[in-house]
Amino acid sequence: MTAITLAKQEQVNKTAKNDLSQTNLSEIELTQTVGNIYADDAKMSIRNANVYYGDKKAIDNISLDIAKNQVTALIGPSGCGKSTFLRCLNRMNDTIDICNITGQFTLDDEDIYAKNLDPVLLRARVGMVFQKPNPFPKSIYDNVAYGARIHGLINNKAELDEIVETSLQKAGLFNEVKDRLNDPGTGLSGGQQQRLCIARTIAVSPEVILMDEPASALDPIATAIIEELIDELKDKYTIAIVTHSMQQAARVSQHTAYFHMGKLVEMGKTEDIFTRPSHKLTENYITGRFG
Amino acid sequence: MTTSDMTNNASGFTKKLHIDKHISGRFNEELEQVRNLVMNMGALVEQQVNDGLRAVLNADEKLAAKVIERDREVNTMELEIDEYCTQILARRQPAASDLRLIVSVIKSITDLERMGDEAVKFGRNAIKLAKGSFAEEEGARPLIELKHLGNHVSNTLNRALTAYAQMDVIEAIEIIKNDSIIDEEFDNISRLLVTKMMENPREIKNALRVTWCARALERIGDHTTNLCEYIVYLVEGKDVRHSTIEQIKASISK
Repeated sequence: MTAITLAKQEQVNKTAKNDLSQTNLSEIELTQTVGNIYADDAKMSIRNANVYYGDKKAIDNISLDIAKNQVTALIGPSGCGKSTFLRCLNRMNDTIDICNITGQFTLDDEDIYAKNLDPVLLRARVGMVFQKPNPFPKSIYDNVAYGARIHGLINNKAELDEIVETSLQKAGLFNEVKDRLNDPGTGLSGGQQQRLCIARTIAVSPEVILMDEPASALDPIATAIIEELIDELKDKYTIAIVTHSMQQAARVSQHTAYFHMGKLVEMGKTEDIFTRPSHKLTENYITGRFG
Repeated sequence: MTTSDMTNNASGFTKKLHIDKHISGRFNEELEQVRNLVMNMGALVEQQVNDGLRAVLNADEKLAAKVIERDREVNTMELEIDEYCTQILARRQPAASDLRLIVSVIKSITDLERMGDEAVKFGRNAIKLAKGSFAEEEGARPLIELKHLGNHVSNTLNRALTAYAQMDVIEAIEIIKNDSIIDEEFDNISRLLVTKMMENPREIKNALRVTWCARALERIGDHTTNLCEYIVYLVEGKDVRHSTIEQIKASISK
């Protein structure tokens, strides 16, 4: 090819690929996920997931891997399906009658929607931390001990003490509460309550921790502590986090998935998504553009 | 580049990078302002290079002094744009193409400022040359060669700034490709001057001054190439520094 035809070809490629000005943003089609949905070492794998709330399709044919001992961030505008998707990963949607889920969800190659699988046990393996800290109206000690007790993980008080202490330590809360373990959990500050909830999740030795906006109700310092914690926890646990804060996703995650109107638009390494996203919708969202 | 060129080109830059499409209108304005500041700095540096060159070729001491004096403006602009970009980074936390825009602007103005410094070298050498005798009949050829190289570099800089204003990747790659021609011309002129020095040792001082001017032009050519590499980075998200032209083409067609 001569230089000129090559240049022309480049022009054509470029127009097709990058020149958004030629396209009406609302007409951008969502056909296939761009980027890489696969992880080298997947802890959870989801294939062709569809979720309906009654007639409304909330998740449209999403496939992705959650990489082991890494943080995967799910981002996207409100109503894009990211929280719905996260809740499918430990069958939290089972409690919603009109919710209908299809597709394949596996944890270590094991089907988590198998008929003989107890969702309660699944939720011990795949724990969840919510947006609003929701400690039980019990003491700090009992909050953390609760899961271990109901799952029968302990034989005696000494073992329970041990679990409570190490969980609080892993959640970075122990030093702040060690002298008042019998005070109510609800008396703690918002950031401390959230860490208490994380300690409660850790206490049953989960493999995966799901976090749905874990820091959105917290001040910047409490947020930074939670983010630091997420970074430490990933060495032992696999983490999937839904967040509205793109800076947070950029700070804490190794993989980022961008959801839009129930579809997975793009997934890739966080370092790429925030500097050179491939899809225009991703670009528009993370740069705060219309679209 | 004239002011009207810049206005005409404004839409190319804005459209291609969609800097008018943010939900925050204020952010649009800030990025637009960064663009304007860089293009103004580019225009000033281009004028400095052209005036500096003219001062050397015409042995114009007055113009040379003006070029030296005006370098302060270039430096001030660099500081101003740097500060503006720092503010945007701190307050907007730009991502993706916006982040690439700010990063490449911060790098671009460093190259522009260095081009400004090279223009000052013309000024200094012009004053010294004016007091010398190099413009005599037999010694004129180096200056003709220098003029030739100068026109080429100046033209390339103009094209690069236009490509920058329009975010024209194809043109940027074309300019990167042509940098080797500038390097060859620089080698030619160096060879010529070495010959002159051997022929007439009394002219060594002046011949060296012309060599330094040629060297300055060659450096300006390199900085121009850098600008073009930032265009590719900005539009394509691919860092093409230290790559061959084939590698650049391969990486952007992916």
